[in-house]
Amino acid sequence: MEQFEKLYLYKRIVQAKLFIDHHYAEKIDLDNISDQACFSKFHFIRLFKTLYGRTPHNYLLKIRIERSKLLLSQGHCVFDVSQMSGFDSPTSFTAAFKKATGQAPSVFKERERVRQQDIRNNPFFVVPNCFAETHGWTKSQFLRDDV
Amino acid sequence: MITKLTHLCIYVLDQESAYDFYVNKLGFIVHTDAPMGEGVRWLTVSPPEQPELEISLFLVIEGDIFDKETVKTMTALVRKGTFGAAVFTCHDLMATYEELKTKGVVFKKAPTKEFYGYEALFVDDSGNWFSLSQLNP
Repeated sequence: MEQFEKLYLYKRIVQAKLFIDHHYAEKIDLDNISDQACFSKFHFIRLFKTLYGRTPHNYLLKIRIERSKLLLSQGHCVFDVSQMSGFDSPTSFTAAFKKATGQAPSVFKERERVRQQDIRNNPFFVVPNCFAETHGWTKSQFLRDDV
Repeated sequence: MITKLTHLCIYVLDQESAYDFYVNKLGFIVHTDAPMGEGVRWLTVSPPEQPELEISLFLVIEGDIFDKETVKTMTALVRKGTFGAAVFTCHDLMATYEELKTKGVVFKKAPTKEFYGYEALFVDDSGNWFSLSQLNP
């Protein structure tokens, strides 16, 4: 019986985690999330941390930062990314991003742009030669005279 | 002195499907996704808390190493579930098991108590199997 209760508990926490995964771009907070799991806020935070190694708030922030990194690397502007990732404002986004990654979103975006251009010009900057040879990829296939 | 493992190669049968499995189901982060011509990509992903490890989702395709016959053999072997590719760990196996099952990941072994902790086995979209473990504290 105890095992079934534990399993039921797990399912509720997992549902709450999936709720964060699906709704991170919306204005959700801890109350929304603990409501999903039908727990008191305190109990919920404790269980979530036990299962996932970080608090729900911390996890939500991590998901938003990871999403924003992907969007920035796809070329979206900082303002749009802050909206699309669920941050209150570009200011709060920039502050959170800088704290998490050590660099401003605009700097990250520019570095990603340069990195992707380098990869396009010469994938051998990132593909270990042993793997390239396995596929029959050669440097002359990608290297241009001007790079 | 060898210091670190930086790249790990997993043979997959479809890179688009593998991207969906590893990124959208397992929650891995895309490290590099570079087109290499003729529908082939250099696609590497990383476990969320190990961003320095690149797992290359390597397409089984005819090239310098794999001839046509080898591709056929490898495809059959991967699909058959011959290859156990790696061991992943998580904070809580039951929670991760429930989550991945909800997302449609197929398990060939439910969480089971082992000497070192708990272990489950899941299969990727190509047929490779992995151990998912929660180690004893």
